[in-house]
Amino acid sequence: MVDSTVISKPQEVKISEVLELLKPRVMSLVIFTAFIGMIIAPMGINPVLAFASLVFIAIGAGGSGALNMWWDEDVDRLMNRTRNRPVPAGTVSGEDARLLGLWCSGFAILMLALTANFLAAGILAFTIFFYVVVYTMFLKRRTAQNIVIGGAAGAFPPLIGWASVTNGIALEPILLFMVVFLWTPPHFWALALVTKEEYSLAKVPMLTVTRGEKVTRRYIFWYSISLIPICLLIAFSSIGGPLTLGLVIVLNIMFVLASHQVMTRDADDSARDNYNREKNLFRLSIWYLFVMFAGLGVESMLHTFYEPYLVWPELF
Amino acid sequence: MAISKEHELHARRKSRNIFVSLALVAFVILVFAITIAKFQDGQLIEGFDHSYRATLLKVEE
Repeated sequence: MVDSTVISKPQEVKISEVLELLKPRVMSLVIFTAFIGMIIAPMGINPVLAFASLVFIAIGAGGSGALNMWWDEDVDRLMNRTRNRPVPAGTVSGEDARLLGLWCSGFAILMLALTANFLAAGILAFTIFFYVVVYTMFLKRRTAQNIVIGGAAGAFPPLIGWASVTNGIALEPILLFMVVFLWTPPHFWALALVTKEEYSLAKVPMLTVTRGEKVTRRYIFWYSISLIPICLLIAFSSIGGPLTLGLVIVLNIMFVLASHQVMTRDADDSARDNYNREKNLFRLSIWYLFVMFAGLGVESMLHTFYEPYLVWPELF
Repeated sequence: MAISKEHELHARRKSRNIFVSLALVAFVILVFAITIAKFQDGQLIEGFDHSYRATLLKVEE
């Protein structure tokens, strides 16, 4: 018998697979929220330095994504949603993913320190550490609160963007951090309700697995409620204004209504319409964050170019 | 056999090599642009030369 693996040509890693390791969709969210963090900062920044900083923040996020895929190969292989990722699919080795992740992370931190400042680079380093070590290696397989605490990793980019411009931290980017932090659980739990069986099979203790659907639905609703005061504070802060207030009201009403619809039904209802409302909530959550942050970006430009905004009541 | 004959390995890695080349060129351009931008701002380089710091000089009226 001939071992075919010995005589077959070696498989070359394709660029598209390498890029997939960097989790481009997560990367786009990171770039967007960091960009808004830069725009709303009270000081200006050279556009070249802003662009370069965003590139390095994105590479850092990509590095942490590759490290996540390296560590989670066994879990990813068991779930439909993730089994086609390069490492579980066998197109890229775990070792290569780990090396790519480490190099991208180190490179991004160093370059951000040189381009922007050490504070921004330090927060980026902490974000990567938090996502890879705290969330991926420790929380994800141990506690149902994995998404809640791990969500902080995805909430840091606005802070990094702000720090890149100002070399400091203020209440406004911390409020943006809180928005992403509180938004992450309902966003992921809406998806977890749809893919509950997969998490159970992969032995990932998502809330849907450990506490059941009913509790998860309740948690989704209360987290969506908790977003309201934070958003209102933003609307009446130095980065807020009438546009933000309008968006906060509309988006939060939509989000709370959609969460309430998810809370008031059970697994049988969901099975009947193939988890339609849970999927709707998941989609709405993406739009919620995108529109909210885009609105803040527009508001910031209005602050700069349109005088009447100066009369807006700022609480702090 | 001609010495310039392309090995099968090169053909297989062509797209990857082109991507890596372009990435390296982009990085060089980016570092150059960052350098120019930093020089224009002038804030970080001021303290590291061997001349008077402009911000410490008295303003002549």
